[in-house]
Amino acid sequence: MPILDVENATKYFGGLAAVTRVSFQVDQGEILGLIGPNGAGKTTLFNLLSGALKPKPGKIMFNDQNITGLNPFRICRLGVARTFQSVKIFPNITILDNVMLGSYFGIQHGTSTPEALKKAEELLEFVGLSKPERTYGSDLTLGDQKRLEVARALATKPVLLLLDELMAGLNSTEVSQAMDLVKRIQERNITIIMIEHVMKAIMNICNRIIVLHHGEKIAEGTPQEIANSRTVIEVYLGE
Amino acid sequence: MMNETALNFKKLWIPGLLVIALAILATLTLYGTIYSIILITDILMYIILTVSWAIFSGPTRYISLAPAVFFGVGIYVSAILGQNLPFPVVILTGGLASFVIALLAGSLTLRLKGVYFTIFTFGLLELIKQVLVWAEITITGTRGRFVIVVDNHTIYYWMLGIFVVLMITAYLIRRSRYGKALEAIGDNEEAAAHIGINTTFLKVITFSIGAFFTGAAGAAIATRWTYIDPYIAFNYFYSFLPVLMAIFGGVGHIMGPVIGAAIFAYLEETLITEFPYYYMLMFGIILLIAILYMPKGLVGLAQNLWQRLPGRQNANT
Repeated sequence: MPILDVENATKYFGGLAAVTRVSFQVDQGEILGLIGPNGAGKTTLFNLLSGALKPKPGKIMFNDQNITGLNPFRICRLGVARTFQSVKIFPNITILDNVMLGSYFGIQHGTSTPEALKKAEELLEFVGLSKPERTYGSDLTLGDQKRLEVARALATKPVLLLLDELMAGLNSTEVSQAMDLVKRIQERNITIIMIEHVMKAIMNICNRIIVLHHGEKIAEGTPQEIANSRTVIEVYLGE
Repeated sequence: MMNETALNFKKLWIPGLLVIALAILATLTLYGTIYSIILITDILMYIILTVSWAIFSGPTRYISLAPAVFFGVGIYVSAILGQNLPFPVVILTGGLASFVIALLAGSLTLRLKGVYFTIFTFGLLELIKQVLVWAEITITGTRGRFVIVVDNHTIYYWMLGIFVVLMITAYLIRRSRYGKALEAIGDNEEAAAHIGINTTFLKVITFSIGAFFTGAAGAAIATRWTYIDPYIAFNYFYSFLPVLMAIFGGVGHIMGPVIGAAIFAYLEETLITEFPYYYMLMFGIILLIAILYMPKGLVGLAQNLWQRLPGRQNANT
């Protein structure tokens, strides 16, 4: 049963079609990769899913509920969490509070402080961020900021997690750690859609891949099928 | 590391100091001169304006220039209702009227970001002022009105009461999850919305809570001014002063705006009497120095010095 059903999602910026008639489904528990050249509309598609932008026209069903055009905070409370391409942590708030805010506000009926604290400590450890108590968001390296962002997103107890270029700017050790992290998140029964340029990661951990080009979906299939697809090769290598 | 006695001492001396300060303020009318009571009423008023401003603008970093609007609404409510209604009802109505106006204005303007929001709040001040002038000329035919006089002790106690309730409110907001959410909005509003924070609602309601106290203070102080008109009530001075006082004191700590406003108001009062011709100049110089050399305000400066004390290097790392 699909957990997410996107139908004809379209978004124009003035005359520019950022995303045109993109339809796809995501099944419970899978990792879906979203790839495509720069400017293909990947992040715009994420913005449509998370409520930052409203599709026009188009319809987005999540868990059998129409979430098209809902506010980001509502979509988050319904169970869709995300990270950002350019990390958006809270730099002047401690890392613990960064994560606790997710528990406080991202869950339908809220969380008590001791519960949120316990959850935040557990999640910081889960993403591999063990730091002294008074560490602020701005004290972290880029790699650690990305871990923090993932922990904060997980604190909202998502059913579906959108990861926007989690691995961009990371060194190879950090990339393997991030790949491991994504797999461990999947083991928690969280469905994942990830935008990624690091092909090693995409090919290794995704169950399925969608390719966007100029705002349109041009291919969809298993990593094997995508790697052998003529259209995809043409788009990427310009043959 | 701090040892246990130091910890106990620290736990006790702040509440202790607060109780003593409150006791002195509460009994001031028994032994204070009329001048000291009027002076402290003024200082309390400035503190209320500043802390009300800082409740919203401190954590969210939306610089509001609307305090004079809410202050003026309180003043006008006091002038209109003062003749017919008891003083406490007038103060409460002044606060509520400002609260409602802030709700409406906030719902419209808090979609704006940064400098656009600031300019809109300032425009709101001119708009309300001019509408009132127009209404007074065309509808009532008189400009300005008298405000019923209330004795200085009563004004003082009401100002003190508003101040205490405001400080408790500010403290509770600051230490609650909503206070943290407001900081999150100031840090990154988009991310805040995406982790489930209803940013619009939280901004509007906090903005309005601040407006309530500003309006109440306006309603209380108006009774001492005896005569008001739109230009007196909606003076842009009361929009800029809270901002300056808060920056002077520092918004990183709850006591920052309080200390900033207290010192600022006292300075103004003494400079204006000692140097009536040069006080604005001296005021400006003090402010420049403060902004250049104390970016986090007086409280930030104090915290820095405290950190540098011997034996405290590792306490907060």
